[in-house]
Amino acid sequence: MIQASNLHKKFSSLHVLNGINTRIGQGEVVVIIGPSGSGKSTFLRCLNLLEEPTDGEIIFEGTSITDKKNDVNKLREKMGMVFQQFNLFPHMTVMENITLAPRKVKKLNKEKADAIAISLLKRIGLEDKAHAYPNQLSGGQKQRIAIARALAMSPDVMLFDEPTSALDPEMVGEVLDVMKKLAAEGMTMVVVTHEMGFAKEVGSRVLFMDEGRIVEEGNPEEVFNNPKHPRTKDFLGKVLY
Amino acid sequence: MDFSFMYKYYGFFVDGTAITLLLSLFGVIFGAIIGVIFALMKLSKNRLLKSFSTAYIEVVRGTPLLVQMYIVYYGIPRLVGVDFEDLTLGIIAISLNSAAYVAEIIRAGILSIDKGQMEAARSLGMSHRLAMTNIIIPQAFKNILPALGNEFIVLIKESAIVSIIGIHDLMYNTDTVRGNTFRPFSPLLVAAAIYFAITFTLSKLMGILERRLRAGDSSI
Repeated sequence: MIQASNLHKKFSSLHVLNGINTRIGQGEVVVIIGPSGSGKSTFLRCLNLLEEPTDGEIIFEGTSITDKKNDVNKLREKMGMVFQQFNLFPHMTVMENITLAPRKVKKLNKEKADAIAISLLKRIGLEDKAHAYPNQLSGGQKQRIAIARALAMSPDVMLFDEPTSALDPEMVGEVLDVMKKLAAEGMTMVVVTHEMGFAKEVGSRVLFMDEGRIVEEGNPEEVFNNPKHPRTKDFLGKVLY
Repeated sequence: MDFSFMYKYYGFFVDGTAITLLLSLFGVIFGAIIGVIFALMKLSKNRLLKSFSTAYIEVVRGTPLLVQMYIVYYGIPRLVGVDFEDLTLGIIAISLNSAAYVAEIIRAGILSIDKGQMEAARSLGMSHRLAMTNIIIPQAFKNILPALGNEFIVLIKESAIVSIIGIHDLMYNTDTVRGNTFRPFSPLLVAAAIYFAITFTLSKLMGILERRLRAGDSSI
């Protein structure tokens, strides 16, 4: 579904991505772990071109994203993204947050967009918050709304950029639950996270990144219980206690 | 203090106030429109537009309004080859001046919005333009409202300078009354009271608008 080949990203003199090659298949839940500064968020943001790769190619559903001739907006409709800082639109209600893109981009009428939003709100258990403003919600609720907002465009893949890192510990669970459900429904997901429990339980594949490279990858059992690369061993030794 | 001259001359103040209001209203409208254009030019990636806008803003902010007023008054008719009315030239000078300040206020307002907002909008498939009009500008507008209100108040007060090119605004008519009545002082108090009444009303109106717009933000 997504194929990244020889991906490089440089910020002036800083070489953040140093040749990433991987493919993400339909229905896979790929979890990217690694120390901070390893380039995992940058890699994720390259997938929907929030960061422009310096070199390399990304092919999404048979279309080259990195080719400037292709309409990036059209491609992004098919790739939902969830951010660490939620990035809900503070001047709009929950309902307006969710329906804005379906109405403005997909040109759905209000009734259709509202119906989609309400069914999504029911799925995440927040239908009573439809008319609340984002700053009346807790962090966990905000992130669940952000997930619903992305899902409202019915994307083929969901990208999660440390979705639980800005949350109070007691709210991490509710967000992970929504993500687990989503995975169980067969959504293709790419998740950058520090939640090793989630990686183990839900991940179909784990990528360990360090210094802009994928150092090790495999199914979660393999990577967590029997890491091969010394960097992976060292990292897991520090985070799993 | 004797204000008995008001019986005979109140019409001067009424007429002058009308011209000042007219001048300020058009100044605010055109200043805001041109200001938005300059702000967008300064934020654009096009180097030419960007440097033109930057240069314009710097020159306008770095020279006195009085000088700009004379340059417009004598320059524009020569440049275009048409004799404009004095009032039109006054409005042009005031608008061009205000545009530079408004542009800086708008630019700062747009830059003050967290870049995550743009990223979230773009990640949903919205174009840059759609994201600007639906997400960035509405939030920026709310943030810049106090600064914008302040700029409009400054504009109303500064408009008094058009009296030097012979526009019969409040200040000009006040001077006329001072000359005709041989009272150099008390007409100035009347003028000051009228200017204050206008700016104070505007400041209160902006306050109400601000509170309305903030209604959604119950916390933080």
